[in-house]
Amino acid sequence: MGSTIQRRPLSLKILIYLFATIWLLVSAFPFLWTVWGSFKVELDFFSISDWTFALFGDRTIAEYGRPFTGAGYDGAWISNEFWRNSLNTFIICFFVVCTSLTIGTLGGYALSRSNYSYTFWLLVIALIFRAMPPITLVAGYMLPFFEWNVWGLLPTTIIVLVAINQPFTLWMLHSFFQNIPKELDESAKVDGCTQFGAFRYVIIPAMWPGVITTGLFSFLLAYNDFAVTSMLLSEENRTMVPAIAAFLGTTYTEGNVMFAVAAVVSTTVPLFILVMFFQKQIVSGLTAGAVKG
Amino acid sequence: MRHKTFFWFILPTAMAMLLFIAFPIISVLLQSVYAPHPAVLIKVETCTPLVGCTEETTIDQEATRELRKAEPLGRFVGLDIFFDRGHLALKEVNEIFTNSDSWTNTFDRLANLPFYRAMGFTLTFTFLVTPFVLIIGFCVALMVNALHARLKGIVIFFSLLPFVVTPLIGALVLFWMIDSRGILGNAVQWLAGDPNLSLKASTSLMWFALIIYGIWHAAPFAFVIFYAGLQTLPADQIEAAQLDGASRWQQIRYVVIPHLMPLITFVALIQLMDNFRVFEPIVGFNASAHATSLSWFIFNDLGGETRQFSAASASSVLTIMGVSVLLFPVLIRTWRDFQRKA
Repeated sequence: MGSTIQRRPLSLKILIYLFATIWLLVSAFPFLWTVWGSFKVELDFFSISDWTFALFGDRTIAEYGRPFTGAGYDGAWISNEFWRNSLNTFIICFFVVCTSLTIGTLGGYALSRSNYSYTFWLLVIALIFRAMPPITLVAGYMLPFFEWNVWGLLPTTIIVLVAINQPFTLWMLHSFFQNIPKELDESAKVDGCTQFGAFRYVIIPAMWPGVITTGLFSFLLAYNDFAVTSMLLSEENRTMVPAIAAFLGTTYTEGNVMFAVAAVVSTTVPLFILVMFFQKQIVSGLTAGAVKG
Repeated sequence: MRHKTFFWFILPTAMAMLLFIAFPIISVLLQSVYAPHPAVLIKVETCTPLVGCTEETTIDQEATRELRKAEPLGRFVGLDIFFDRGHLALKEVNEIFTNSDSWTNTFDRLANLPFYRAMGFTLTFTFLVTPFVLIIGFCVALMVNALHARLKGIVIFFSLLPFVVTPLIGALVLFWMIDSRGILGNAVQWLAGDPNLSLKASTSLMWFALIIYGIWHAAPFAFVIFYAGLQTLPADQIEAAQLDGASRWQQIRYVVIPHLMPLITFVALIQLMDNFRVFEPIVGFNASAHATSLSWFIFNDLGGETRQFSAASASSVLTIMGVSVLLFPVLIRTWRDFQRKA
């Protein structure tokens, strides 16, 4: 019999590689363009008179004597104290990921090991909560938070993000734990372990791949959030994304768009590195939900 | 697992969801039927000799503050906020339907009501972006699957970027290119030969750009899932189809698509729910003059100096109702899965 792979005619090959090139351009070029442009002055970044200025930085040379300048980064990180915002972002992300994984693994494990019908209903409720746009909940937080004087603080926002994260974390970890054979903890219990002991000595050593994948998505949710953080944090506690949005409000009038461009590039860099190192986990995390669901 | 053990394991996560998702929903429901207290007015009579007495109405600051403090929720108004001009606008809608002569006229006038304007864009966005995401994601998956093994990794890496990157940042990166001063905006002006063509000036162009952003952002998600599905394609079925003399197109139509069907439904359902919450691109594109979404509408009421909790809560409740409609098929699917397993 013939090979499983039919030979492709040349025209189809050309079509495939053409499409691949276009797709790469569409998905990657905007980022490369912005990174390149972030080292230029505004008149080069938005080059109305001659688009080649954006490539070679004629105006930047005229102003700084060389085709690249760190002025945008200097303005964002030092004059506008963007480092504070990035510090806030990393505090929030760290605590959100840790808390959310701790309580999520306990819950996800329990859901995967119980056969009563209430586990199904808990999962359905989590699914409904997952579907809620977070912004619809924000109105519900603000009045009580103002009343209790906890609005604007980092810990408040961390707890809210952890809660918003839980439905997704539970689903991911629940389906992950279902793939760890039940016989493992059963035999540990026969040997005299309590349920928690079985979890501690048998499950925890085996759960890291799933936990890392789930943790990545928790991180992305906390890092990328705009609706919740911009509404619940006071100005000095702002994270990077709402800070960029705040830049926009002022920069279009003051002509400091380059600060926002530099801040945008700075915020993208950690994500870029993350995708580089954890590409496999991100792909497997995205597909895990689909294949099981 | 015994009930008691289960209870202790699930307690922390259940508490988090109860306190910070379930209670806020109740709080939103409550706030949507209470309106803020109006200012307490007092009449003060000032009498000056020769001029006579005048009666002035002023705001009693202290009493207002007292009242607001005593009942922070405000006064009960029932469903009034839902039916006011800023939301369902029953009176205005009724008037529009009785008085307008043509359908276009009806739509134009409906689009002037803020809630219907937001809903109009949200629905257009949701139902245009979702099918395109499915089609483009599927094509990219087929394309990557046909690439040389070494190229696959690189292509997947760059494909993930638009999806993983912060939505606001992705929107800004695109906006700076398609803005009239950006490289693509400039190119479009040059191609069209119209130097005044600009996103800021044209509603239809703005809608088009937002939809392009939506597809750009979500297509990688569909691609990754379909690509994973293609890896599990049964080789014997493809071989059988080839032996029967099926063309490439027929193989895709009759073997690949049926095999991926569960994944296609999954992506479609998730995308419908996610696109319904479209929000960041409207901020990033600075598009609120031309397009608003339900999420943006809530955000706009909550922010600024005057935080309008009641108005925002009412919009939130209406948005949640919209999401529930989209969620319904997902729940039915989960229920069927559960039945099958049980």
